[in-house]
Amino acid sequence: MKCQELMAALNDYLDGAESSALCQEFQRHLRDCPACQVVVDNVRHTILLCKDGQTYEIPAPCREKLRQALREKWRQKHPSAA
Amino acid sequence: MAVQSPPDDDQALARQAKAGSLEAMETLVGRHETALYSTAMRILRNAHDAEDATQQALLDIVENLESFREESSFRTWAHRITTFAALKIIRKRRGLETVSLEASTEAQESYDQIPHPEFIADWRESPERLAQQRETARLIEEAMEQLEEKHRLVFLLRDIEGLSGEETAQALGISVANVKVRLLRARLRLRELLTRAFGNPARRQEPHRHPHEEAPAKNTRQDL
Repeated sequence: MKCQELMAALNDYLDGAESSALCQEFQRHLRDCPACQVVVDNVRHTILLCKDGQTYEIPAPCREKLRQALREKWRQKHPSAA
Repeated sequence: MAVQSPPDDDQALARQAKAGSLEAMETLVGRHETALYSTAMRILRNAHDAEDATQQALLDIVENLESFREESSFRTWAHRITTFAALKIIRKRRGLETVSLEASTEAQESYDQIPHPEFIADWRESPERLAQQRETARLIEEAMEQLEEKHRLVFLLRDIEGLSGEETAQALGISVANVKVRLLRARLRLRELLTRAFGNPARRQEPHRHPHEEAPAKNTRQDL
């Protein structure tokens, strides 16, 4: 397997495109290569962590500003609403 | 008329909002606004711009509410709108008028120069547990900071926002092929940085030297 192919296979493997011949080859590689298996696990964890681990609280003045903007827009759109 | 409290699920709230209920709209937005703001913050990395993007997104949501189909996920729809609002600000930052975020002809990136993993170790704790810890957000931020923006954006759109390769390519005005290479580069770089932060050093593994890595000269690759 060429280096470039191995790298490309890593992406596809992570994305669940496991049916391609390249991915099957990659899977065979993983069985014999604990370091690569850990790398694959690491990447999965990285993605999960970045998804869940970064929540930014909206500062209170900003939250109020957003509320006002939403209401203003709503009134423009629904002029007859109470 | 008796005042009814808004229902529990997004779908019902969206239906009520479409029917004209401001209260339902506000409740629905209230549920998602922190997540939407976080999406904007990750892309824009400053609070002022994130506020602008989130505000624009909320206006776009109200404006386009008719076209939202209640059976779909409000969360996904609202996040897409916010992502595009944030990308628009990035374009403005770069002084770009066109859709593409690339100022000049886009260079085709290759897999050749992506660094191979060096620090390889199981993480000390699960991502779920780490996500709850206070310093984790800062560590992620520091790691993201290390990426070039063009790689970070692909990672954010593909892996965090869940856009497809095609959608990401369109949103950024680059080829699908480049999306793939940049995504891999981002994933591996972040893996490296976060594993240094969270990996268990007692369980560190040596990188496996693959047969193809024994090729001595830069541009010759041995076929196996």
